[in-house]
Amino acid sequence: MSDAVPAVSGRDTLIRYLRDAGGVGILALAIFVPFIGLRLHGHMNGLALGYRPKLLAIGVVLAVLARVLVLIWQDRRVHQGRAAWRAARIASAGKYVTPLLLGFAVLLPLVPGIANFYIDLGVLVMTYVMLGWGLNIVVGLAGLLDLGYVAFYAVGAYSFALLAHYYHFTFWECLPLSGLFAALWGVCLGFPVLRLRGDYLAIVTLAFGEIIRLVITNWISLTGGPNGIYNIPHPTFFGLNFNLGGGAGTFSGFFGIDPDPKQLTTYLYYIIFFLALLTNWVTLRLRRLPMGRAWEALREDEIACRSLGINVRNTKLTAFAIGAMFGGFAGCFFATRQNFISPDSFTFIESATVLAIVVLGGAGSQLGVALAAVVMIGIPALLQDLSIYRMLFFGLALVIMMVVRPRGFVSTRTPSIALGRRKLISSELISEGHG
Amino acid sequence: MSTMLSLSGVTAFYGQIQALRGIDLTVEKGEIVTLIGANGAGKSTLMMTICGNPRARTGSIIYQGEDITQCAMHDIARKRIAHAPEGRRIFPRMSVEENLLMGAQVVKFADYDKQLALMFDLFPRLKERINQRGGTLSGGEQQMLAIARALMSKPDLLMLDEPSLGLAPLVVKQIFGAIRQLNRELGLTVLLVEQNAYQALRLAHRGYVLVNGAITMQGGGAELLARPEIKAAYLEGGH
Repeated sequence: MSDAVPAVSGRDTLIRYLRDAGGVGILALAIFVPFIGLRLHGHMNGLALGYRPKLLAIGVVLAVLARVLVLIWQDRRVHQGRAAWRAARIASAGKYVTPLLLGFAVLLPLVPGIANFYIDLGVLVMTYVMLGWGLNIVVGLAGLLDLGYVAFYAVGAYSFALLAHYYHFTFWECLPLSGLFAALWGVCLGFPVLRLRGDYLAIVTLAFGEIIRLVITNWISLTGGPNGIYNIPHPTFFGLNFNLGGGAGTFSGFFGIDPDPKQLTTYLYYIIFFLALLTNWVTLRLRRLPMGRAWEALREDEIACRSLGINVRNTKLTAFAIGAMFGGFAGCFFATRQNFISPDSFTFIESATVLAIVVLGGAGSQLGVALAAVVMIGIPALLQDLSIYRMLFFGLALVIMMVVRPRGFVSTRTPSIALGRRKLISSELISEGHG
Repeated sequence: MSTMLSLSGVTAFYGQIQALRGIDLTVEKGEIVTLIGANGAGKSTLMMTICGNPRARTGSIIYQGEDITQCAMHDIARKRIAHAPEGRRIFPRMSVEENLLMGAQVVKFADYDKQLALMFDLFPRLKERINQRGGTLSGGEQQMLAIARALMSKPDLLMLDEPSLGLAPLVVKQIFGAIRQLNRELGLTVLLVEQNAYQALRLAHRGYVLVNGAITMQGGGAELLARPEIKAAYLEGGH
């Protein structure tokens, strides 16, 4: 894709389109023949090969048409000043999007007649928003690629589950402890990886996530191994539980209303909402403190940091510890929400999902991460009706995303200090490959 | 004059490879000292060794009467030795002001504004670019930013590693002019590593010539400039 749009005649354009679209058509044909054109039918005595030429033709035509549309769209885009214009547009949009999203999040469970499913989905999305924001501290701000973030999620969850199982601790007692334990494990991970960077750091953190999971799986006498831990208590509302039986000591009994599972879901929703906001608030505060600035400087250039007198070891360890702490909080919440946890909930795919949320959102951007969590978690769940085509649409969405916004939803960064007017800086304005 | 920095018998290694062989070097207070030499002679290594990375294997580095040979890199930086590393190494995604703020790790908050104003006096261009991202500056501006960032810590000793790298001659002149101004007006001590031997020796009070990790010649800037072997090795073919 060239940056300048040369003035060409309509005929030249048409030829270019035809040539390009023709190439796409041939490519589509080559790919679609085995995938769409041929079909195996099961028979009584084996398999038979069937042909679907019509469907194949439709697929190829669609691919060609899509290519033509993309070409037209590309030609219409004004290239010069696009990045700056876009940054300004995102900035102005951000002004409205943030309060709108926040208002929507606050009011979601209060919508009259809303199904429990949607509140529960909100809880799930919000959990990932919080995990995304937590990992954003490590990956987005400090630039330390962590592929084992699920380890801290697991530590938080199992801290609560075990303390509740053996010592009957409640959720509210365990919440700070879970964060603390996770932060300690964050430091434990941080020490051996102090000297590692990039790919090597990613491999060690990946292994760390697996180690935690394997220890939990195999330490059967303590954790129950693959059987997991049952009957983890739900959180209480100032001592009131959410049992559906009603009566004294329950939420519904105290307020004299009918017991409804929605009450618990709504309560859980607001807990995770509050925890997520806390994560966000702490991150935004830290960004303006020397510690947060040191994280960002570390992401940019480690050698320069050291030559300016920044203690790189402490900076990395605090990033790991604080990021892990929020993972621990989220894990504790996960345990109380699920009632039951097992090592199956803490596989590598969780780390990958959270990392995908951070990267998709635009590493370092709080709003972007929240949007990405909605896209990555909420939309696949809502698309369940599409059954087998769900992942197809999801994949398509990700491909479009890579083409249109390769640096994440929100790739601008607001300086943490500014003389006079604050100015957004678009990452598209600066060359890649630095730092 | 008292001694700002003195190295005696310093050796340094990268793994098995010896990069510095018994370096003796002194920098007096208020001096500009330059270190010249060919590619791979060990100029940058010597500077990095003073900064503590890699650490000297033998010998000692005394800074203002204090032995800093075994100090950690960030501790050395906190002793008001400012270092503008080779290749500028500014923070590309942070704004100019944030870059400068990162340099002010050790100064008190009250001094920050004063120091900032001083930098804008020295490099007015940076003031125009204050809210711009470091990575969007031109090469010369980035070098100015790197020097200004190092100076934000109110250093006693400024170490510059090839500030002329990849810059147009006019910009080099500007940068060297600023170094001279800092030295004359503020009495800043400067240790300068340079490929551009002619410019560096003209600027410096004294110079050292480094060959294969060892110092082979030293003397006043003008004196070295006049020596035929320097001319032959470093100055032929323009500057």
